[in-house]
Amino acid sequence: MLSGTTAPVSGPRAERTARRGRTHRWAARWSPYAYLAPFFVFFAAFGLFPLLYTGWASLHRVELTAPTDMEWVGLRNYSRLLTDEFFWNALRNTVTIGLMSTVPQLLMALGIAHLLHHRLRGSTFFRVVALTPYATSVAAATLVFVLLFGRDFGLVNWALGLAGADPVDWQNGRWTSQFAVSTIVIWRWTGYNALIYLAALQAVPGELYESAALDGASRWRQFAHVTVPSLRPTILFTCVVSTIGATQLFGEPLLFNGSAGATGGSDHQFQTLGLYLYEQGWVNLHLGRASAIAWAMFLILLLAGAVVALAGAYRRRTG
Amino acid sequence: MKIKQTAGRQHHAGPLTYVLLGLAALVSLFPLYWNLVAASHTGERVVEAPAPLLPGPHLFDNLTFAWNQVDMGEALVNTTVVAGLVALSTVLFSTLAGFAFAKLPFRGRNVLLALVVATMTIPPQLSVIPLYRIITDLGWVDQLQSVVLPSLVAAFGVFFMRQYLLEALPVELVEAARVDGAHSLRIIWHVVFPVARPAMAVLGMLVFVQSWNDFFWPFIALTPDGNPTLQVALAGLGSGNHTINQAIVLTGALISTLPLLLVFALLGKHIVGGITSGAVKS
Repeated sequence: MLSGTTAPVSGPRAERTARRGRTHRWAARWSPYAYLAPFFVFFAAFGLFPLLYTGWASLHRVELTAPTDMEWVGLRNYSRLLTDEFFWNALRNTVTIGLMSTVPQLLMALGIAHLLHHRLRGSTFFRVVALTPYATSVAAATLVFVLLFGRDFGLVNWALGLAGADPVDWQNGRWTSQFAVSTIVIWRWTGYNALIYLAALQAVPGELYESAALDGASRWRQFAHVTVPSLRPTILFTCVVSTIGATQLFGEPLLFNGSAGATGGSDHQFQTLGLYLYEQGWVNLHLGRASAIAWAMFLILLLAGAVVALAGAYRRRTG
Repeated sequence: MKIKQTAGRQHHAGPLTYVLLGLAALVSLFPLYWNLVAASHTGERVVEAPAPLLPGPHLFDNLTFAWNQVDMGEALVNTTVVAGLVALSTVLFSTLAGFAFAKLPFRGRNVLLALVVATMTIPPQLSVIPLYRIITDLGWVDQLQSVVLPSLVAAFGVFFMRQYLLEALPVELVEAARVDGAHSLRIIWHVVFPVARPAMAVLGMLVFVQSWNDFFWPFIALTPDGNPTLQVALAGLGSGNHTINQAIVLTGALISTLPLLLVFALLGKHIVGGITSGAVKS
C-alpha cells in the first residue's frame, strides 16, 4: 500500500482507516478465491489433468515399459474392449459382486440403525463396535477372510460341517468366490452405513411418529411410511457412495486370490474391472488399453448416474 | 457430542434388540479376534483342520519375526507419516474452502461447488496411469511423496466442512470480526477454526483412517521390498513368491490394524458422536 498518495490534510489515523478500508474491500473480494486455491490447484494437478490425460492415453498404443512412446490408434482400444471376453466377464463380475455386496449391506445397515435408535444400555459400545470393521484395512480384512473361507481348514466350512453340510470350495466356484468377496465388503461397510442412517433417523421429527401413532399406524407401518420416506435422501447418498465403491473394487479380489496375482481366480471367476485394469496395465504392460478400461468404468458410472437422475425426474413428474 | 434426545421417537429396547445387536457385535469383532488367534499360532497350525479357536503361545515369536522379515517397523513409520500429513493438509484446505463456500459471497460460487461435488464421482483408477507416469518421470517410485502429494486435498472434505459451517458458523460472527478490523487470516484463525474444530476432528479421523488403509495407488507407487506403507508391506507378505507362512501374514495384518483399533478404543466415542451428529450426512 502506498501511503504517500494520501492527501496531506488527513492525519495518520484517517490515513490508516482509509487504507484499512481499501485492504478490506480488496480482501473481501479476493480472499474467497485464495481459500479455494489450494484445493483447486491440487485438484487440477492430481485430479483433472490425470482424468484428461487418461482419456488421451486411451486413444494410443502405450506400453508401461516406454510410457512416453505413444502411437495414435484412435478408438481401437475401445473397439477391442467390445469384443474382449475378459472385459465383459469383469464387467459382469463387478455388477454381480456389486449387487451381492451393496444390497444386503444397506438393508442390514438400515436394520442395525433401527435397533441402535432404541433407548439402549451400552449404546456407545455397540456403536463403536459397529465401526471397528471400518477401521480394518481392506488388506488385513481380506487376508483374514481368505483363511476363514479356506477349503480344508477354514472356520466357515468347519461351522457348515457342524450343521451337517459338505465343505465348500469357496475360491474356485464362480458364485461361492463372489459370495466370499462380497462378504468382506459387507463386513467392512455395514456398521459405517448404519451410523449414517442412525444420524438421519435422529433427525426425524418426533411429531411425525406421534401423529402416525394417533392415526393407529402399527410400528411396521410407521417404519414404512415415516422412517423410510424421511431417510430417502440419506439412502440415496449411501447407494451412490456404495455404487461408486463397488465399481472400483480392487483390493479384496486381488488379495482373495492369494499369491496367484491379478487374474481374479484360475477361471477369472472373481476378476473385477479394477483388477482387470491393473492386469492389463501393470501385468501385461498395456497402458493404453488400461486407460480405455478406466474411461469405460467412468462412462458406466456416468450412465448409471444419468439413469438414476432420469428415474428420479420421471418419478417426480408422475408421482 | 450431545445428541438431541427429543428428536425422533425412541422406544425402550426389548431383549430381542439386545440379542440382535449382540449378534451384530459378535460378527463385527470375530474376524479381528481370529486375526489375533491366528497370529499366536505357528504357520502349520493355522492351516490345519479344524482351525484354532483359542489363542496359542507363539504371538511374541511371530511379532518378532514379522517385524524383522519385511520391516514392519519402517512400514509403520511410513504409514503414520503419510496418513498424518494427508489428514492435516486435507483438514486445513477443506476448512478454508468449506468456509469460503459456506459463508463468503463471490462470483462463481455455485458453479465451483457443483464442480467439487462432481469430482467425488471420479474413480481413482482414472488418475493412476498418468500419476504413475509423473512419478516415474520425477524418479519418485518408491518414495513417500508419490502417495502423499496426490492426496493432499479431498472433495469430500470440502463438502463435509461446508455442510458443517453452513449451520454452525453464524455469519454475524464473521461480520463482527471484520467490523472490528480483523483481517482475513485473523478471522480464519480466531473465528472459523474454533467453531469448526469438532468437524475438523471428525474429518481428520476419517481421512487418517482412509489414508492409513489406502491400497490401490500405494500398491502401484510403492513396492513391498522398498519403502512400503503397511498395506503394501502386507500385500507383499500375503503374495510373496516363497512358501507363505499364514501365521506371519496375519501377524502383519495385526500390526497394521492394531494402532487404529487402539485409537478407536480411546476416541471411538467422539468419532461415533461426530458421525451420528449428522456431520457426514449428505
